[in-house]
Amino acid sequence: MKERLRKIFLVDLLRGLRVTFSYQRPSATYTEQYPLERPPVAERYRGAPRLNNHPVTGETLCIACNLCALACPENLIVVGWQRTADRKKKLTTFTYDLSRCMFCGLCEDACPVDALELTQDFEIARYSREGLIWDRKQLEEGPAPTRYTR
Amino acid sequence: MAEATFLDANELVLNMGPQHPATHGVLRVKLRLDGERVLGSECVIGYLHRGVEKIAENRTYAQFAPYTDRMDYVAAVTNGMGYCEAVEKLLGVELPPRAQWTRMILAELQRIASHLLWLGTHALDLGAMTPVFYTFREREEILNIFENYCGARLTTHAFRIGGLQYDLYDEFEADVRKFCDDLPGKIDEYEQLLTTNRIWMERTQGVGVLKPDDAIALGVTGPVLRGSGVQWDVRKAQPYEAYAQVAFDVPIGRHGDTYDRYLVRLQEMRQSVRIIRQCLERLEPGPILGKVGKIIKPPAGTEVYHSIEGPKGELGYFVVSDGTVNPYRVRIRPPSFLNLQALDKMIQGQLVADVVAIIGTIDIVLGEVDR
Repeated sequence: MKERLRKIFLVDLLRGLRVTFSYQRPSATYTEQYPLERPPVAERYRGAPRLNNHPVTGETLCIACNLCALACPENLIVVGWQRTADRKKKLTTFTYDLSRCMFCGLCEDACPVDALELTQDFEIARYSREGLIWDRKQLEEGPAPTRYTR
Repeated sequence: MAEATFLDANELVLNMGPQHPATHGVLRVKLRLDGERVLGSECVIGYLHRGVEKIAENRTYAQFAPYTDRMDYVAAVTNGMGYCEAVEKLLGVELPPRAQWTRMILAELQRIASHLLWLGTHALDLGAMTPVFYTFREREEILNIFENYCGARLTTHAFRIGGLQYDLYDEFEADVRKFCDDLPGKIDEYEQLLTTNRIWMERTQGVGVLKPDDAIALGVTGPVLRGSGVQWDVRKAQPYEAYAQVAFDVPIGRHGDTYDRYLVRLQEMRQSVRIIRQCLERLEPGPILGKVGKIIKPPAGTEVYHSIEGPKGELGYFVVSDGTVNPYRVRIRPPSFLNLQALDKMIQGQLVADVVAIIGTIDIVLGEVDR
């Protein structure tokens, strides 16, 4: 009898609808207005790579030890260096193929001097595959995210 | 196999997939139909094959870990955890307690996230539009915790062999506690939307029944096996990490139909919250990385099989070492692949519309089926 009354008065339907309508108020909205409002990503977010320079002298922090290239599972980092007169390694070129990168963070972990870093920039789409192969200049500057306006 | 009844073997072969929204990826099911009734089926898989096991042979032990995230991409944390534990077992490394509790918290959060995604998409397949918005909202909370912890949301690469790479961030405990307090109430809401909903019950009760004997014979694990009433959970049967030290129940179903598997997964989420609460109590400051060298070289000729309870079932890794920096062989036992074998058994005699419900209830991820 109770079961039948539940069916006649659509109790289950109304209980479900109560849940739905309880989230109709504007404060329960969960939508992000991307790209007008960019979501803040976490501090540890692994996004576009950057090759850090010394903040004061402007010289690269990279010591050309090649550990990042060895750590990378996809072998997408190529480090070029030259020996200076006093037999020290000096960084010449640095190539990072973002099209193959899976942002695992192993290169960042391997770097002994915090030169290579995966930053919080996440807008790294390009119109061509070649555009995703970043050279040293691009890595030091970092990406320039598009600012969309109305 | 059932015989055609209508107009003498007037069978129709229908290809469902690989491009079909209800197959959750690129699964192709060849259905033999008699009118609306399914006589038999054949799965065609391999559309998402990437050769993960072969890749493992050309990578070092540490380098292979990110690839495991890409198998079951809705439960990357548990995938990585299974692989890291297998290699740790091979090396004989002891984990520090803080690393163990952290891993358990993240793995249980990942189980909840995976079940939430399953619940939303499964309900969507069966025509219930509302739950998917709510489950994704809760899943978002979990993914934010992952992002804050390890810097990625989906393919996390959260653990390293021997422990953790990152220590917990400052608000981690508060975030997880808040989530644990909120979730049971949210699950009650899903239950209000679905559990007693008459359309939901009509679509799921008695659909895709899998008998316990068949389930065991087919090697099915996880919620699908427990929905059939077999109490088997790797966390209880062969405890890994510190699961022996926490109290939780293993929910089982009675009829082995789609509805029971739905109830089992909802209960599992509640149990996961219970586990996370206990883990948070035990979490103490300490080291996060065990004694592992920079170069991981397990002794030659050693091999290990280690399995964990992933969100979808028993996830096993068989790792063989030949003494070099690369594994000689990594064989992965994915739960989705073996659970998919039960599809034909469950599908026979059902209607075409129920095939969608049955594929959904197994909770397959094609990245893991094809590897």
